[in-house]
Amino acid sequence: MAQTTEPIVRIRNLSKSYRRGTQIIPVLSGISFDIARGEFVALMGPSGSGKSTLLNMIAGIDSADEGEIEIGGVEITRLGESDLARWRAVSVGFIFQFYNLIPVLTAFENVELPLLLTHLNRRERREHVEAVLNVVGLADRMDHYPSQLSGGQQQRVAIARAIVTDPEILVADEPTGDLDRASAEEILQLMDRLVHEFGKTVIMVTHDPRAAEKAHLVRHLEKGELSVT
Amino acid sequence: MGIPYSYSFRNLWTRRLTTVLTASGMGLVVFVFAATLMLTEGLQKTLVQTGSPDNVMLLRKSSNSEVQSAVERDQAALLESQPEVAVGEDGEPLLAKELVVLINLKKRVTDTPSNVIIRGITPASLKLRPAVRLKEGRMPRPGSAEVVTGEGVARRFKGCGLGETLRFAMRDWRVVGVFDAGATGFSSEIWGDRDQMMQAFRRPVYSSIIFRLRDTTSFDAYKARVEGDPRLTVEAKRETRYYLDQSEAMAKFLRILGMVLTVVFSIGAVIGATITMYAAVANRVTEIGTLRALGFQRKSILSAFVIESLLLGVCGGILGIFGASFMQLITISTMNWASFSELAFSFTLNFSIIWKSLLFSAVMGLVGGALPAFRASRMKIVEALRAT
Repeated sequence: MAQTTEPIVRIRNLSKSYRRGTQIIPVLSGISFDIARGEFVALMGPSGSGKSTLLNMIAGIDSADEGEIEIGGVEITRLGESDLARWRAVSVGFIFQFYNLIPVLTAFENVELPLLLTHLNRRERREHVEAVLNVVGLADRMDHYPSQLSGGQQQRVAIARAIVTDPEILVADEPTGDLDRASAEEILQLMDRLVHEFGKTVIMVTHDPRAAEKAHLVRHLEKGELSVT
Repeated sequence: MGIPYSYSFRNLWTRRLTTVLTASGMGLVVFVFAATLMLTEGLQKTLVQTGSPDNVMLLRKSSNSEVQSAVERDQAALLESQPEVAVGEDGEPLLAKELVVLINLKKRVTDTPSNVIIRGITPASLKLRPAVRLKEGRMPRPGSAEVVTGEGVARRFKGCGLGETLRFAMRDWRVVGVFDAGATGFSSEIWGDRDQMMQAFRRPVYSSIIFRLRDTTSFDAYKARVEGDPRLTVEAKRETRYYLDQSEAMAKFLRILGMVLTVVFSIGAVIGATITMYAAVANRVTEIGTLRALGFQRKSILSAFVIESLLLGVCGGILGIFGASFMQLITISTMNWASFSELAFSFTLNFSIIWKSLLFSAVMGLVGGALPAFRASRMKIVEALRAT
């Protein structure tokens, strides 16, 4: 189990609502919770419960109406747009349901993308990319384009892209949602390894009970409110 | 560091068909643009090459061309004795008092009449125009009713070929030679003995005086003195300047026509590029959201799409220039408005035109891509990612 040190994610009184015409639809209402360093958290709940919105706000791609999010000592709810982008580049790794690889770039180039935002030179970038592709077991496919890879392989490339900058947290939105059972199992094992072997903090939104089983902690969201199981 | 250029390039390559079609549309506009510039360039080159920088042309004040000019014999005698006039190997001044008249001749193919310049020459005339070389036959004998014709005239006008006979000024003139004057305006002239011509046309005065400067740097001083002399009513111009002025009216017309056509067409091409780029942005919404989530700034997205559109424009530019380069094979013959005579010239491509065309195509790409690129950069990340 995870060591209980100081929390890496601190969320306080987080609220968010959407406006649809004149109607205001609350999504999250006053949520507060912490996530410890090295934890594997699953966020579950029915559609429209606000779990993806919560994940997006933790990842710094959506804004809160009220409340604070502090990650690794940085209060991201106070950052401006450019600073937030710079923060995302070094602090968050994204894993998407549909992998979201750039189709015109090879596996190597896709993984290299986040490193283009760092000061690493070409040789250092190559070393980093090759190292993470080895971790996900796709070093032999680095010159392949996404369309030449299976769904499971594409998701592993996406994971390599997420970890190549060595971020503090990884956010995953339904990472197994588009995969068959065997591939999904592979991906979950890989994520489990990232937590145990590399000490990453993973926050995952999922509908899949098998995926939730891998998590240390499952949090349920219902109508914008949180409960723990 | 931003999004790599290969991203922009490969996206164009991935949708090759759309790229080629859009670039072709822009290429057509660049073709028109380049062709107009080439036409203007060809015209000016032809007329400017006609002149030599060492030669000075003397015309009656305020006459725009040799055809309108008249220089009295007493003034001509005075001008001939000026110290700036170079002297040839034979000890004679390198100065020609010439007669220039327009006549009407029928074209071989269409049988329609057109104006042709007749130039009455003296032995010095040939020495002053080293570009003119006899190609066939011989030069006219002094004192005879014989003429030589420029290659362009010989080919296009009835009665102007070697051995044929022309009738003008109430006399018959035998064509005894054809001369090659390269890409100069002389190719469109007929030359004969000046004194014979002056009698036949009943002209008491010369049209123009051309001479070689002893020292080419003395022109300004010479011009000031001659034009200030109360006995003289002439204007001095370097021969190159004279022919450049001759080409100006038509060049200006071509430039305006070309610009109007190009501007109208380019609006169409720019709209085409805009539609293509909007489609490209719409197809890649998720990609844009992903790139932004990974930490790329709005300006990186903006520049990636602007570069893509610039590349598209430059592709069009290359296609257009490639097409326009074939226009060099075509020779145009048209009325020179300054002298009202026929002038033959060809489309001329040079580096300046290539450079201008590429710049023009890049600007079209830039303008066409600006709005779509801006839209791409303004997308909200969450909404873009949800578009999957």
